[in-house]
Amino acid sequence: MLRYILIATLALIPTWIVASPAHAQTGSPQQPGTAANQKSAPAPRRDISGTWDPGNNGIQPLGPRAMPEDGKPEHQLPYTPLGLETLNAHKPSNGVRSVLPGETNDPVVYCDPQGMPREDLYELRTTQIIQTPLKVFVLYQFGKIWRVVWTDGRDLPKDPESRWFGYSIGKWEDDYTFVVQTSGTDERTWVDRAGRPHSADLRVEEKFHRVDLDTLELTVTINDPKMYTKPWVALDKLPFKLQPPNFDVREMMCSPSEFAEYNKIIGNPASGKGAQ
Amino acid sequence: MRRNLIAVFLGVVTIGVPLFAHHGAAAYDTSKKLALKGIVTEWFWANPHCFLRFDVTDDKGNVAHWAAETSNPSDMVHLGWSKQSFKPGDEVTVTVEPVKNGLPIGRIEQVALANGQILKARVVF
Repeated sequence: MLRYILIATLALIPTWIVASPAHAQTGSPQQPGTAANQKSAPAPRRDISGTWDPGNNGIQPLGPRAMPEDGKPEHQLPYTPLGLETLNAHKPSNGVRSVLPGETNDPVVYCDPQGMPREDLYELRTTQIIQTPLKVFVLYQFGKIWRVVWTDGRDLPKDPESRWFGYSIGKWEDDYTFVVQTSGTDERTWVDRAGRPHSADLRVEEKFHRVDLDTLELTVTINDPKMYTKPWVALDKLPFKLQPPNFDVREMMCSPSEFAEYNKIIGNPASGKGAQ
Repeated sequence: MRRNLIAVFLGVVTIGVPLFAHHGAAAYDTSKKLALKGIVTEWFWANPHCFLRFDVTDDKGNVAHWAAETSNPSDMVHLGWSKQSFKPGDEVTVTVEPVKNGLPIGRIEQVALANGQILKARVVF
């Protein structure tokens, strides 16, 4: 029989789990703010290309950084009745509405594509942007997926077959701000980790603003009248730091077989669904 | 008789705990902390979360097969962990928050290696 010595914490949930931010490997991203005291070179015009890292700000485990689901009244979204009903059908395994790991119906936990806008709003990590004459590619670390943003002047399709990541068009609002509109997204995706819903009528606006040579800011606005009575801002100038051009982005994949192993050993037993 | 369990009496309490501290905490008893000395049997380095499996033997020779998780590899590399951090047979002391249902499952606060090195985790997952 094991003898455990239990320690009751004195007050609040302890944050003893604080890790030093030291990077054990070379090539770890430079965190935003590391060059805060150094003056950067001016932003190049009409150029958001590069390898960009948002640091830990992009993980967003409670939902998007500007509108997390943390119980605060200012972060309560303006749901329509359908929006609220759909939200309540979503069972996240994180945050204030969390269920046990074995009870979640979060599609991304089961390795479904994140889709748009969730690819920006959960596990947003080192992001590579490539500009070509007709389109901009956005390459994401999580899931190793990419999006295409058309810059050839086309309109969004009128009645598209839905896509996980929708259809995107973009243009320059000024020499330093690239604005992307996305529609035609698949209803099966969640907006974020907290389980906020969207319909097929969702429109997502992203503004990529090149602040200076080293800094890119992303603002994301959600517009879905079926689910929300008014648009809301999910990301408000989330900063990215430019990485060296030779920076190697590590893989971060959702593997069904690895998830099954995790569930067998940790998820299901922790949820009372079966022994190890 | 050699003690196989090491009690850790350090309860570090901070004021102003951010809400994200109880991310994914539904299954865990966040009021408890156990320090378990054992032998590694497996180190699973993968998404969605890494986990360490280790055997803990009590004074009577009973063996408990523990499994304790961390965040994903992309988070853990920034904290100094790697796929090579553990191998079967390693002696470790693992500090965990256990699950509420009493099974030998937990989430890792830190792991102390036999050489004295301490690997700290972070409960933001």
